[in-house]
Amino acid sequence: MSSEYPMPSLGAGMVDGTIVGWYVAPGPVVRRGEVVGLVDTEKGAIEIEVWEDAEVLEVLAPPGTKVPVGEPLLRLGTVGEGGDETVPADAPEPDDAPVPTVAPGPDDAPEPVEPVAAAPSPPKAAVPSTGTEEAGPPSTSPAPPPTSGPAFEDAGGTVPPVGRRRVSPAARKRAAEHGIALSSLRGSGPGGAITLADVEAAERSTGESPPDAHRRVTPVARQAAEVLGVDLDRLEGTGPGGAVSRRDVEAAAESPGGDEEERHRAMRRAIAAAMTRSKQEIPHYYLATSVAVDVTLDWLAAVNRDRAPAERILPIAMYLKAVASALKKFPEFNGFWEDGAFRPGEGIHTGLAISLRRGGLVVPAIHDVDERSPEEIGAAVVDVVGRARTGKLRGSEVSDATITVTSMGDRGVETVYGVIHPPQVAIVGFGRVVERPWAEGGMLGVRRVLRVTLSADHRASDGHRGGLFLAQVAEFLQNPEVS
Amino acid sequence: MSQADGTLARAAIVAALARIAPEVDVDLLDPAADLREEADLDSVDLMNLVVALHEGLGVEIPESDYDQLSTLDEMIAYLAARSGPGK
Repeated sequence: MSSEYPMPSLGAGMVDGTIVGWYVAPGPVVRRGEVVGLVDTEKGAIEIEVWEDAEVLEVLAPPGTKVPVGEPLLRLGTVGEGGDETVPADAPEPDDAPVPTVAPGPDDAPEPVEPVAAAPSPPKAAVPSTGTEEAGPPSTSPAPPPTSGPAFEDAGGTVPPVGRRRVSPAARKRAAEHGIALSSLRGSGPGGAITLADVEAAERSTGESPPDAHRRVTPVARQAAEVLGVDLDRLEGTGPGGAVSRRDVEAAAESPGGDEEERHRAMRRAIAAAMTRSKQEIPHYYLATSVAVDVTLDWLAAVNRDRAPAERILPIAMYLKAVASALKKFPEFNGFWEDGAFRPGEGIHTGLAISLRRGGLVVPAIHDVDERSPEEIGAAVVDVVGRARTGKLRGSEVSDATITVTSMGDRGVETVYGVIHPPQVAIVGFGRVVERPWAEGGMLGVRRVLRVTLSADHRASDGHRGGLFLAQVAEFLQNPEVS
Repeated sequence: MSQADGTLARAAIVAALARIAPEVDVDLLDPAADLREEADLDSVDLMNLVVALHEGLGVEIPESDYDQLSTLDEMIAYLAARSGPGK
């Protein structure tokens, strides 16, 4: 039995991805959750994992090919049946596995089930008009000889279609991270391609030079490094072109001799870069409201009374549900500010700010919150918090949140104003529930009061709508059963 | 509460915390101080701790009793009184 491993969707709005390199070749067995390859998307290079134990029978999409979401990348065999002899004899040796050197030629047969050595063209690879936002006239400047540009470019001997603006994956990723418009750059790579060096030169001209400017690191590896407190500068990359992969980070985290101080500094630097960018680029506005949440908390207590501990619903599940519910009516707070315009998120994927006990924080996404029950949301929160604190987050979770929620829990302060996580446009804050005097209908009483805040991007929305959105969140938290 | 019950309860707490908050050294915690403050446990950590103790010791721990579980000493006493032979 064999099955096809398709191009996964690595985030809202992803249409296709380009194979940067494979960590596997036909032959070896891969384990569930193992990272098998690196895919370049509009959001940068992302590692992809398999979801069951399998034997790699065939690589259907060689490095350099662009593959639509859902189209096959690998043919996998069921583990344990043994003796599937369809592995091509001329397949790369496992030692050479990470980066097969055979690139797709323009005249390759369209037959999609050929072995690696006769690499097929995936559906879109031979269509020059499949442009991205970087599509444009080719550079008219003469192409200088290849520089010491991004290693990924060499990975598959890729020959992109003529007539498009070419951008190396590393360059695209770095430009996105540092808010540099690719259209403003002149490429110095082969054929006028924009290389990592070009992006870094642009950074220097604006005075920015982060500490790890010359490291090629996959986003998942960077995330893992933050979570595990690994200093990326010390790692030797084993991924395509020397890129640091998550496996490198995990191996480093397991090896003894880690310097706790230095790991903490590395995490602070990563947080500093994201938050500095937010405050430099995003014109925040801030709103707050108070909600008497007795009804919700009493309802939760009643629901939880007869439940085993594992089935109880935490207040944070209701907060997330309230935000998702309000976003259905106010979609302008769910999405991204990119290239001077708002792009709505596809689905409501709420990033939950989770503080790590030894310092720092991580913001994994909980997917499709609006379609889940409070029980399901609560279970997802418990799951993701546990994995965040043990460094087991997945690629999709760290890359595609459409809004962020930060909660002080029951031990923090009453009010928290969040800093927006770019390119998102809003963050909703929940403080600690406190008893306060509360006047209502001419009567004064003591109620349990929750302070809810909104920090939003004024480029994408205005205070009037922000206020209505926040009121909608409050409304849900006052009448949980109605909604 | 017998000595044995208290020892068992403490061992269960130590084992659960080792998984939920591996950075925490239980031996260094003040047993009479607020455990959540001492070990920096949030509501999800507390829930995971209660789940582990419920499943490990078979003790019912309703939410309304959470305020009896503030310190390590209180938690051990609560669990020991509800677990063990004949309970």
